[in-house]
Amino acid sequence: MTIFELTDVTCRYQDVPALRGLSVSLAEGARVAVVGANGSGKTTLLRMLDGLVFPEVGTVRYRDVVLSEAAFANDGFAYDFRRRVGLVFQDADAQLFNPTVFDEVAFGPLQLGWSRSELREKVDEALERLRIGHLRDRVPQRLSTGEKKRVALASVLVLNPEVLLLDEPTAGLDPKSESQVIDLLVGWAGGAKTVVTATHDLGALEDIADRCCVLHEGRLVADADPRGILSDVPLLERANLVHAHRHHHPGREHSHPHLHGHGHDQGLGPRG
Amino acid sequence: MSKRSRGYLERTLDALLEVMDRAGEAERRAADRGLLQRLDPRVKVVGALALILAVALARNLATLIALLLFAIAGVAVARLPFRLLATRLWIGTLALTGVIAFPALFTTPGDAWFRLPVLGWTATAQGGTSAAYLLLRVVTAATLAFLLVFTTPWTHVLKALRVFRVPAVAVVVLGMTWRYILLLLQTAHRMFEARRSRAVGPLPGRERRRVTAAAGGVLLDRSVRLSQDVYLAMQSRGFRGEVHVADEFRMRASDWAALGAFAGLTTLFVWMGWR
Repeated sequence: MTIFELTDVTCRYQDVPALRGLSVSLAEGARVAVVGANGSGKTTLLRMLDGLVFPEVGTVRYRDVVLSEAAFANDGFAYDFRRRVGLVFQDADAQLFNPTVFDEVAFGPLQLGWSRSELREKVDEALERLRIGHLRDRVPQRLSTGEKKRVALASVLVLNPEVLLLDEPTAGLDPKSESQVIDLLVGWAGGAKTVVTATHDLGALEDIADRCCVLHEGRLVADADPRGILSDVPLLERANLVHAHRHHHPGREHSHPHLHGHGHDQGLGPRG
Repeated sequence: MSKRSRGYLERTLDALLEVMDRAGEAERRAADRGLLQRLDPRVKVVGALALILAVALARNLATLIALLLFAIAGVAVARLPFRLLATRLWIGTLALTGVIAFPALFTTPGDAWFRLPVLGWTATAQGGTSAAYLLLRVVTAATLAFLLVFTTPWTHVLKALRVFRVPAVAVVVLGMTWRYILLLLQTAHRMFEARRSRAVGPLPGRERRRVTAAAGGVLLDRSVRLSQDVYLAMQSRGFRGEVHVADEFRMRASDWAALGAFAGLTTLFVWMGWR
């Protein structure tokens, strides 16, 4: 079943086109990676799926409902949507605005009117799942980058959404923290959750997604399985997702596209 | 790099960050497991405000001294170091209040008390009493506030204000303002650090002012973007204009007993102060 349907979506962000004529549909239970260089429109796409930004042209449908300001003016729909769809922002500082970690994780359930007993139970559960129970009374702004990410994740996962949108979830993390976050997300998603991850970390692509959409300058330039995307070198170069390594040998120099992976760099074949 | 080669703005930023770090120490001490630290924040806020009211209403020095001794006893019970009280609070408070109280010694009419040798100003006994009242009220009230802040996390103090029907939105805005001031100070500090790492020697005054103005513009732009993202993040998790805060406080028997004790002591001090 289709859960999101984007039809010819165009959106500007401060007079800069962020998305141009984007059409894509996402099935329920899909694990999708949205990849692209900085400024390709990944964040705008996620915010559009979360009903925070609306297109100037085209439509975004969540199930059969067109996401618009009018739709969110309806309390019933708004609460239902916010309960079912969660977005983890790239910048944890934007998402952590409560006085303590407990308050941060409790914010969503409070706004959605959960009972006090249910709130306590679910918040404690989320804290334990993310292994941040010991940070319960800490001020989020004074935590490390990895801890902030965990708190940001917990603040969304506590709602147990059916759709999880992640904007660069591993950005700025050390390798161990990055691995832990990926393991957590893979373990959480199971089979019934829809997960859309915006990233330019191609090394984790096959772990986190079954399908990969490549954005370049606001346009969808490819939509295939991760292995197919990773093997399409011209595409990756065009989308600024790989760089070239230069090697100097006696008498000659050559370069080849290079993709960083998890501890094993992947050369993509020499050139020149 | 020497302090002299850093501009006034940079030194001010560093000083503000130091203040924020000190505030962090208050948070750490408030997390200790002392007798006062374990009391319900609402009880402590109500108790502190009630005693500060008793300080304001007191009409004799004996009551003010008794209240000050009670506050000092509270510092001892909370196991807060007196050095902290003296250096963080009393020195500054006494100095500032002393400057304000000093003229009262010589301008209040009354019986001559002593005469300044060079200036020839005559201090009166009544002026001395007025100055003593002012100093004792300020120092005692400040000590009670110090006790509250160092035994209660600031975030709990804000939430406890809900007892007085302070709107939740005011509590949330105050808390967010505090947190994001810290974040912006840290951002500004990093910007100036980055600039110093790319400069050799001090910049000429004109250039320094130009760079500072540009940094101010960048910081303002980042602040606006951050505030927009914060608002989106709030909306994403269900915020629709009315904010709800988690009320995790629970009154225990010891909290009720403490509340009763605060009520009794406040009544006693107010009665003593009005005799």
